[in-house]
Amino acid sequence: MAEAMSDSAHWDAEASRARRNHFISRVVIYGLLLIFAAIYLLPLAVVVMNSFRSLPEIAEHGLIAFPRSFEFDAWFDAWNSFCLNGACEGMRGNFYNSLWMTIPATIISTMLGALNGYILSKWRFKGSEILFTCMLLGVFMPGQVALMPWATILGSVGLSNSTAGLVLVHVIQGISFTTLFCRNYFVAIPDDLIKAARIDGAGFWRIFYKIILPLSPPILIVTVIWQFTGIWNEFLFGVVFTSGREQPITAALFALAGNQTNVREYDVMSAGVLIAALPPLLIYFFGGKYFVRGLTAGAIK
Amino acid sequence: MATLTIRNVRKSFGAVEVLKGIDLEAEDGEFVALVGPSGCGKSTLLAMIAGLETVTSGEIHIGGRMVNSVPPKDRDIAMVFQSYALYPTMSVRENITFGMESRGVPKPEQNAAVERVAAFLQIEPLLKRKPGQLSGGQRQRVAMGRALVRDPSLFLFDEPLSNLDAKLRIDMRTEIKKLHHSVGKTTVYVTHDQVEAMTLASRIAVMHKGEVQQFDEPKTVYARPANLFVAGFMGSPSMNFIAADVVEAPDGRSAVRFPMGEGVEAVLAMYGDYAGLKPGGKVIFGVRPEHIFRFDPDLSARKPGIATLDAPVEMVEPTGAETIAILRFGAQEIVGRFDPDTAPGMGETVTLGIDMAHACLFDPTTERLI
Repeated sequence: MAEAMSDSAHWDAEASRARRNHFISRVVIYGLLLIFAAIYLLPLAVVVMNSFRSLPEIAEHGLIAFPRSFEFDAWFDAWNSFCLNGACEGMRGNFYNSLWMTIPATIISTMLGALNGYILSKWRFKGSEILFTCMLLGVFMPGQVALMPWATILGSVGLSNSTAGLVLVHVIQGISFTTLFCRNYFVAIPDDLIKAARIDGAGFWRIFYKIILPLSPPILIVTVIWQFTGIWNEFLFGVVFTSGREQPITAALFALAGNQTNVREYDVMSAGVLIAALPPLLIYFFGGKYFVRGLTAGAIK
Repeated sequence: MATLTIRNVRKSFGAVEVLKGIDLEAEDGEFVALVGPSGCGKSTLLAMIAGLETVTSGEIHIGGRMVNSVPPKDRDIAMVFQSYALYPTMSVRENITFGMESRGVPKPEQNAAVERVAAFLQIEPLLKRKPGQLSGGQRQRVAMGRALVRDPSLFLFDEPLSNLDAKLRIDMRTEIKKLHHSVGKTTVYVTHDQVEAMTLASRIAVMHKGEVQQFDEPKTVYARPANLFVAGFMGSPSMNFIAADVVEAPDGRSAVRFPMGEGVEAVLAMYGDYAGLKPGGKVIFGVRPEHIFRFDPDLSARKPGIATLDAPVEMVEPTGAETIAILRFGAQEIVGRFDPDTAPGMGETVTLGIDMAHACLFDPTTERLI
């Protein structure tokens, strides 16, 4: 009995030692994680803080410092009145350009991708696999390869220096990705569903609307997020094919950074960067969980 | 009235010919089972009847109409799939009405049809649910409901029970049989399970390597299999095959002779008309496990054509309802099916009665029934 008691006391001591070790290791792990997170977030914090500081303050205390004042002037400036490309209207025009470019291009390329994916997975025809392989090449093709051909095409169809032209470019450039996403997702939808629907008298479009699309929200959300952020953040086509007022916000941002006036206006630049980054951030914020879910849902059906 | 006639139908995928001239017909109201191992072409044939696969050559007639180039929706058929193929985003009701919706059937008519079918299959409480919320058996019922609601002239079933567990499968098998009885529509049923084919069908087409090996009533297919393949495929445990010589029995009848080991030979006199058999020829002697039993003089008085031989018992497998025994016939293991009460013990040498009236002989070169 006494022996048993001391035995259990021994085990208690053992257990509390294990608990303490576990606690220490947790503290170390979370401490390290916090440090890494802080390092990762530091640039963002600097930009956010600078967007609320005044320019004289930045000049006096340096780029990296805690704000001593808090004002929205830089945001208004960047949005409304900052002088860019010879006009003092801020970036709002470019922001709207980006919206008018990104939204239609995202919707059209996603719809075409869904339709392509549907055909390439459920209505295969002679050579459809080869066609799909060719479309896949587009995924690996760097955008700059297409610069010259696009310049020629946009010129000949009269869409140079216009948002509509950029929509066209992004729709076509995006089809490879959207088709790949949708096709791989649709492949996992059982063919028997299509056969049953055909016997039930449904045709190509009815099967698409009534059976395929209702099963597709996970992949459509993934595709929309992918396309939206990709097109919004795209810089090369924007800066090459448009100029001045027609530029999307990424190109305007570049102009803002390269603005050769006497002083570098770090406050306005910070606010401008944040304005430009906001839509993709919001998209991730609201759709991020679907994004992760959708990517894995495609894999395991 | 819907008959199904298939004439010399062939199907090739590229250079591979998967169906090599199929001839079949189903009379109105008949239940035809297509049975065979996987890859025999039975599902392809069904898909061609449904119009989901094109016909390479030959003709398919449904109700006297050539349907080779008629799209599936216009063939007046309904199909139940192995995976059930219920539309996952639609409720049970929407699943059942989808076909009528596609055809533009008026709403009141749709509702009446759903009520009728749901009552018939006892699935009314499930109508609002999604397929994901149903058990396997319920999904099966809904899939049948979707087929029934069309009131087609031809029902097609593609291995509808193979996704169910053993007990439910037997229940649903009975349900399908009842259903066919009360609806009385021509049915083609694909299965790899010979028991399903035997229990359900009015005629069975046994398929192998893209050809129909035999097309006949279940009892004929079972008792008089057209060739070695059919004999081996139908029945579980399978028929025993023994290579044998044809000899003349002391009473002048034809007999088969085969070695039993240790220099002993068994000579079993055939029963029935085997006038064509020439002594000295070679045959394959086939006997089903249930036609091997413990010899009993009383039995041979009632059953003519019983031959006897002695064989050692290698292994005994009691299943409850019957006892399967592995018997040693020389170099071969032979399966016998015994009544548990009279089953031999392991290691025992037992005097067996073999019911020669049910024995089959096959030609060893053509593999056909003699």
